[in-house]
Amino acid sequence: MTEFTPLPALAGGVLIGLSGALMLLGMGRIAGVSGIIGSAIREPGAGAWRWCFLAGLMLGAAVYVMSAGAPVVVTIDASTATLVVGGLLVGIGTRMGGGCTSGHGVCGLSRLSLRSLVAVPVFMLSAGVVVFVVRHVPGVGG
Amino acid sequence: MRGNIIALVAGVLFGLGLAVSQMTNPAKVLSFLDVAGAWDPSLAFVMGGAVLVMALSWPLQGRGRCASLVAGESRASLTDVDRPLVFGAALFGIGWGLVGYCPGPAVSALVLAGLEPLVFVLAMVAGMLVHDRLFQAKK
Repeated sequence: MTEFTPLPALAGGVLIGLSGALMLLGMGRIAGVSGIIGSAIREPGAGAWRWCFLAGLMLGAAVYVMSAGAPVVVTIDASTATLVVGGLLVGIGTRMGGGCTSGHGVCGLSRLSLRSLVAVPVFMLSAGVVVFVVRHVPGVGG
Repeated sequence: MRGNIIALVAGVLFGLGLAVSQMTNPAKVLSFLDVAGAWDPSLAFVMGGAVLVMALSWPLQGRGRCASLVAGESRASLTDVDRPLVFGAALFGIGWGLVGYCPGPAVSALVLAGLEPLVFVLAMVAGMLVHDRLFQAKK
């Protein structure tokens, strides 16, 4: 259980939007993380900018930790097996579906891409169903 | 070089945004997805803020036209709703719901938490490689 934090959520969202805008207007690229990772591992030598973006993702979080003054909470309940299965599904699914929360969610929805308008409700729904089953169906979750 | 610096700055903004909004915390994401439990709508505000800024940016890119295309795209890459899109999105959602990480927050969390994000990211990369191996003809 976590607390509703509308203002930090909105502020973080605006930062993510600015990141997407910078990629779009500065490079003509989509700030879609699964696509960037996928292309980076397929052709590690081509497009150093992808590795720069991924390094930035970690650097940005590190900057926050250093400036926050309070510990950053990361609560992961998943077992190692669940992490592996979840990771595999996220990897396969995002490549097959051509995007994740950033590519389809942020970039696609904001330009009313039909594919994204379909993909986002589908992954929101399937994720919601999984959480419901794990947390509320007796005998399934921990 | 210029592109690398832009991408680095964009990555930092993105990672900072994820940390500020606590999307790097799977418990926070799962609380959003748990509509039947103690629902935390924060993720909707993150998406809302990001989509708003991006919606204002698209017209600047496309000379006033929304849904302009970027490098490597065709019109079909926006409108072609096919089986892999739906099936892939559904699989992604299952993995996301199991752990509470999607690709961006998982990469950012590599510097925040212990081994768990690393295990997840390695499995995710493996999944991507498996997909590309199986469906190479598509790309």
